[in-house]
Amino acid sequence: MANTDKQVNELIKREYEHGFVTEIEAETFEPGLNEDIIGRLSAIKKEPQFMLDWRLKAYRRWLEMDEPNWAHVGYPKIDYNAISYYSAPKRKEDMPQSLDDVDPELLKTYEKLGIPLHEREKLAGVAVDAVFDSVSVATTFKEPLAKAGVIFCSISEAIQDYPELVQKYLGSVVPAGDNFFAGLNSAVFSDGTFVYVPKGVRCPMELSTYFRINAANTGQFERTLIIADEGSYVSYLEGCTAPMRDENQLHAAVVELVALDDAQIKYSTVQNWYPGDENGKGGIFNFVTKRGACIGKNSKISWTQVETGSAVTWKYPSCVLRGENSVGEFYSVALTNNYQQADTGTKMIHLGKNTSSTIISKGISAGRSSNAYRGLVKFGPGAEGARNFTQCDSLLIGDQCAAHTFPYIESKNKGAIVEHEATTSKVSDEQMFLCRQRGIDPEQAVSMIVNGFCKEVFKELPMEFAVEAGKLLEVSLEGSVG
Amino acid sequence: MLSIRNLHAAVDGKEILKGIDLEIKPGEVHAIMGPNGSGKSTLSAVLAGNEAYEVTEGDILLDGENLLEKETEERARDGIFLAFQYPVEIPGVSNLQFLRTAVNAMRVHRGLDELSAVDFMKLAKETTKQVDLDPAFLKRGVNEGFSGGEKKRNEILQALLLEPRLAILDETDSGLDIDALKVVADGVNALRSPERAILMVTHYQRLLNHIVPDFVHVLAGGRIVKSGGRELALELEERGYGWLGIKDSDEVEAG
Ligand SMILES: Nc1ncnc2c1ncn2[C@@H]1O[C@H](COP(=O)(O)OP(=O)(O)OP(=O)(O)O)[C@@H](O)[C@H]1O
Ligand SMILES: [Mg+2]
Repeated sequence: MANTDKQVNELIKREYEHGFVTEIEAETFEPGLNEDIIGRLSAIKKEPQFMLDWRLKAYRRWLEMDEPNWAHVGYPKIDYNAISYYSAPKRKEDMPQSLDDVDPELLKTYEKLGIPLHEREKLAGVAVDAVFDSVSVATTFKEPLAKAGVIFCSISEAIQDYPELVQKYLGSVVPAGDNFFAGLNSAVFSDGTFVYVPKGVRCPMELSTYFRINAANTGQFERTLIIADEGSYVSYLEGCTAPMRDENQLHAAVVELVALDDAQIKYSTVQNWYPGDENGKGGIFNFVTKRGACIGKNSKISWTQVETGSAVTWKYPSCVLRGENSVGEFYSVALTNNYQQADTGTKMIHLGKNTSSTIISKGISAGRSSNAYRGLVKFGPGAEGARNFTQCDSLLIGDQCAAHTFPYIESKNKGAIVEHEATTSKVSDEQMFLCRQRGIDPEQAVSMIVNGFCKEVFKELPMEFAVEAGKLLEVSLEGSVG
Repeated sequence: MLSIRNLHAAVDGKEILKGIDLEIKPGEVHAIMGPNGSGKSTLSAVLAGNEAYEVTEGDILLDGENLLEKETEERARDGIFLAFQYPVEIPGVSNLQFLRTAVNAMRVHRGLDELSAVDFMKLAKETTKQVDLDPAFLKRGVNEGFSGGEKKRNEILQALLLEPRLAILDETDSGLDIDALKVVADGVNALRSPERAILMVTHYQRLLNHIVPDFVHVLAGGRIVKSGGRELALELEERGYGWLGIKDSDEVEAG
């Protein structure tokens, strides 16, 4: 045992490589949360009245809500008045008209993160919306997307340019009163991404948003809304990083997906927020609500997530399967190391006839971390012929970590079929010895074994990001071998 | 090439090897026989650097260099190969990926370029045929669901691909049917060369009909109690271990 632990420990110890801070002049609200702050936020974004009203209503609800405590995580009490709810890099004009107007420091930041925004070096075939603290700083490939009729912009722009769509769908999947963090987000969300794919359009490229938290003592509250109209298809990816800071920072996002008849949305996440140091100091609290509604018949929503960062993760990307024959999928790799805690999983709510869902969850725990899968599969009375398949596998590295599985099933329909499989395994000394005996470095051995364990999920990621995800696991596992 | 001198090793505080001396020269084939529990696998594991075993006394030199100071992977890259008595499974990691990672680790160590996926595939396919395995086994997880005999052939496949200087084969012949025994023996004979040495642990002299050893040693109670030529194996087959003053493994434990 001791051998593997030593190797695992060394592997986990590698430094977080996105931990730098960008020195940039920013306009930042003083800490505090009240109706005045929300009013200023809405004003600075030149929002129409309906938006301000919506925010204030959400805020008043939120004041009456309690922070949830049922998740298998522990963290110090958050003082919501000690957080700044808006921080944006200062710029001369109101909105950058083109990349030339974007502060070079910002472009450099994204380059350092491997996300070039320049026209010449843009990621081939991937359109990027770059969100820095509270605002979107750039969106690439706008024209070719516009030609296809696809709207891909920051949610702030969408609120001004497409108010009817926003008003119709914002909060339709995750209402402001859904949960504590969704309520907070609804009141103070500052930016995020908006996507609309019109009828019958297959989005010509991958869309992606790259979230970066930079400023200290701020929270990031982004809001993403994706609407796939009848018969359309879109694949979307989000990536996230933050500087290394000793204080915890809050990230409370809401993502809403809407799929109409015969539409498909594929949503992938590679989450690498700063996880805190090896003693558990600092790191991001990642409390997000992600939900997709398959409202049309034959529609499909597929969540794929690779979660390696954050000090505490609380996240359950879910699907409401309302349309007949609609399909929900959840593929997840969650890796925790050192003192990280993750409570993640999904909810599959079967309402329509012949709806089906698949859940594949791979939890990897190393160091002293704790990793929990929490899943709910629910069948409503109308879910005739509905079925679910769930597979939950846990892999332990070392013997100081923990894995938990909390699967819940609620059925109001006798005809529904559920299959559930669960396994727990360990990276064994024998496996490590075999690899090393064949000349393979211990670090490479662990990452190979972990990658093998995650294979079913990685194959769901878009090509470019599958490689990325594999590398990310390698980095996150650094110091985990002993 | 390999000198083992007064080697003592313990596991969980219990002494298993109690003073082993053995010299192996390039080109030689040594067979180690002996009752169950006498320490044959322990010796193999200690040579390969398994950290579960603690060397309490003695030396192991490879080409004059102190092997005991080296990590498992360094020993492997220096050319020590161990075919396991009980090969473990690594689910989800394809045999192909595993083998390619290993072969490239060795190549980098030897100052050669890494093999591309295409070149390696070609080499691997040819070698699987040599050990009578279907190339489909390359796509499967490492040893995942392999039968006993398939696992053993997979070990020989790895030996052939990694081109070791000293191949230690721990009961690679056990659990094989007659045809598979022939395949494995052919594989081992293909490994034989003037620069390479082979140390094979076996219970049966039938393997030695196919792979003729230069030396046969009897390991009992953690010591080599008798060494001889290949005729010693025949004698053991006929007479058992009793005449050497060893009755069963219990007595070995006590001694
Ligand atoms: N991890 C361990 N803990 C306790 N005892 C062990 C351990 N590993 C080996 N031993 C003991 O060491 C002794 C030698 O074991 P070893 O596997 O080397 O025998 P062997 O000669 O290979 O036997 P066989 O012919 O059955 O393969 C046995 O008594 C065994 O039980
Ligand atoms: Mg043995």
